[in-house]
Amino acid sequence: MIASPKPDLVTVNIDGKEIAVPKGTNVIEAARLVNVDVPYYCYHPKLTIVGNCRMCLIEMGMPAVDPATKAPVMDPATGKQKVNWIPRPQIGCGTNVSPGLHVRTTTPMVREAREGVMEFLLINHPLDCPICYQAGECKLQEQATGYGRGYSRFVEEKNVKPKRTQLGPRVTLDDERCILCSRCIRFSKEIAKDDVLGFIDRGSYSTLTCYPGKQLENNYSLCTVDICPVGALTSTDFRFKMRVWFLKQTNSIDTESSVGANTVVWSREGVIYRITPRRNDAVNDTWMSDSARLLYKQVKADSRLQAIRVNGADSGLDMAVNAAATLCRAGSVAVVGSGRSSVEEQFLTKKFAAALQAPVFLVSRVGEGDRLLISADRNPNVRGALVTGLIRSLPAARLTELGAAIDAGRVKTVVSIGEDLVAAGLSAAQLSKVAVVYLGTHANPTSAAAKVLVPTLAVFERSGSFVNQQFRLQKFHQAVPGPPGATEDLVVLSRLATAVGAAVPAELGQLWKTIAAEIPALGTMTFANLPEAGLLLDATPYAALPFAEGETLHYKPASPAAA
Amino acid sequence: MNLKPATLAQIDDVITHYPVKRSATLPLLHLIQEDVGHISDEAIPWVADKLGLQPINVYEVVTFYPMFRRQPIGRRHIKVCRTLSCALVGGYKTCEAFQQEFDTGLGEISPDGEVTVEFVECLASCGTAPVVLIDDDLHEKVDVAKAQQLSAQIKSEAAKRR
Repeated sequence: MIASPKPDLVTVNIDGKEIAVPKGTNVIEAARLVNVDVPYYCYHPKLTIVGNCRMCLIEMGMPAVDPATKAPVMDPATGKQKVNWIPRPQIGCGTNVSPGLHVRTTTPMVREAREGVMEFLLINHPLDCPICYQAGECKLQEQATGYGRGYSRFVEEKNVKPKRTQLGPRVTLDDERCILCSRCIRFSKEIAKDDVLGFIDRGSYSTLTCYPGKQLENNYSLCTVDICPVGALTSTDFRFKMRVWFLKQTNSIDTESSVGANTVVWSREGVIYRITPRRNDAVNDTWMSDSARLLYKQVKADSRLQAIRVNGADSGLDMAVNAAATLCRAGSVAVVGSGRSSVEEQFLTKKFAAALQAPVFLVSRVGEGDRLLISADRNPNVRGALVTGLIRSLPAARLTELGAAIDAGRVKTVVSIGEDLVAAGLSAAQLSKVAVVYLGTHANPTSAAAKVLVPTLAVFERSGSFVNQQFRLQKFHQAVPGPPGATEDLVVLSRLATAVGAAVPAELGQLWKTIAAEIPALGTMTFANLPEAGLLLDATPYAALPFAEGETLHYKPASPAAA
Repeated sequence: MNLKPATLAQIDDVITHYPVKRSATLPLLHLIQEDVGHISDEAIPWVADKLGLQPINVYEVVTFYPMFRRQPIGRRHIKVCRTLSCALVGGYKTCEAFQQEFDTGLGEISPDGEVTVEFVECLASCGTAPVVLIDDDLHEKVDVAKAQQLSAQIKSEAAKRR
């Protein structure tokens, strides 16, 4: 939530610490601000509050006032105002702060309440942590350690429920582990707007299920797996693949569309195992689409390019750069940049094209937005091309103009940065008339036709930044090394630019000095000091452009024409 | 949904009694069960559609309450109390007698289609145990003999109908 400039602040006292928090904050969030942990399961900051897990019980009280005179009642022992404590515990998630509210989270009553709740939750929970994929990131496991009583008094038989229900194509449910927090139900209803989940039966027979004949198959179904506090909802793709504590977490950005959802890439020894959302309240909250989670599969695809080739023969980078430079120096060059390249790569593309005075084309990819986290513009970084000055107007979907120039003989060499020219509308005849220099990750008709072919890195294998639809500059980091034979895009572009007379560095830190010096909008920045939550750039110079995006989460198109 | 016109009229009326349509879920399910005898698979989406809900919302309610039946039952519903007082003075024997009379098991439809016999919890008439509720009529002090007598009555009514 973006706080208004002057929010109404309320002063509360949590475990003896005074803190001023915005009105409407609940006790869990207020306690978080003073580093007091209030455990919870069903509460989620982005979902409605139902208060059904009872884990966040706290003791609360209000300063005492004399009922008749309204004068504060003082405690003679301490000289401070007395606090009237409510004799029963209250739920922290459903209690909003009020002026003078006192909260205690360390009293015997609170401890006993938590132990009691934990004991009831564990009654029918199978203690199969050693084979549970949630182990290591399980709230129940953590809080059983932190707040449980440490041993079990339960001698009865545990419930038996279905262990592997397919709720949908990507989600598998282990009903025995479910603690009935209802986060997934609320998510489906409130965020995904696909109300298919519910609890049937009651008491200890309560079972999470889909309505018979329906499936949890919306494109955000895996968010239910993220928010499941236990190992009940599991990703069919990820379950039993890897222990989470072995995985390295790398911050990344979703390249599926111009929303630029913040993500975490989980990898081990150069292999990516899963992608999960990273909370950014200004972009994607705590969600991301299912389709974006599968993008890592292309890293290991069979069609991955792995050898530098010049005129059809295997070659090396030096020879490839020389060959490309020779082609370019002959003139009549056109550059096809990409809305999928990072800001840094687009900057280098611009320097390269400018040195050759070559026209620059971009390929737009416009689909239908889903009003949530997939926008209509499926290029993650068209705005980066605008900010870096690679392009001045929005790109077209087809390279018709380039095709006409080729037919007219004005273009003899095309340098494509990862764009498949055939898919972008050039005919095979047009392609055969030009020499193609192709930098790309996967095999396609353009890579097959290329005179000079340099394999480059996928987004998970390099670092850089994108500018999303809000003009928010967000950086992503290399999670895994690239395949053998592939060269970092920045290195190839920098060497190409240098070869045609525009010397620019390839290393991000050095490159950003050049970028900051040349592009006023990015003048104060370095790659290192760009915050992980992103930095909002000034969008006003581009307000007149008819961007393709419609409304999505945290984004409203500025111009009515784009709506 | 094959509901009687009177039921449909009642349904449309009862929806207007609540500030939000969703609140009419339980009354609607009761009306349908009274009319059809059970809540069929097609009834759930029908109610959801009527109230602007998703089927799962209605499904949750139907499965929560054991008195909503998902399967058809016999013409009459014989509910025998099995809570403490009735159990102590022969509620189980009463139930067995009904089952024998109609040659049926617990919760099944009898072969002649006349009854379904079930145990229920306390019918709040412990002083006159064992008690039996046949549809909406309470029968008190139902020992085996009275159970046979009630069964004979039901059978003779059935014979008349044929």
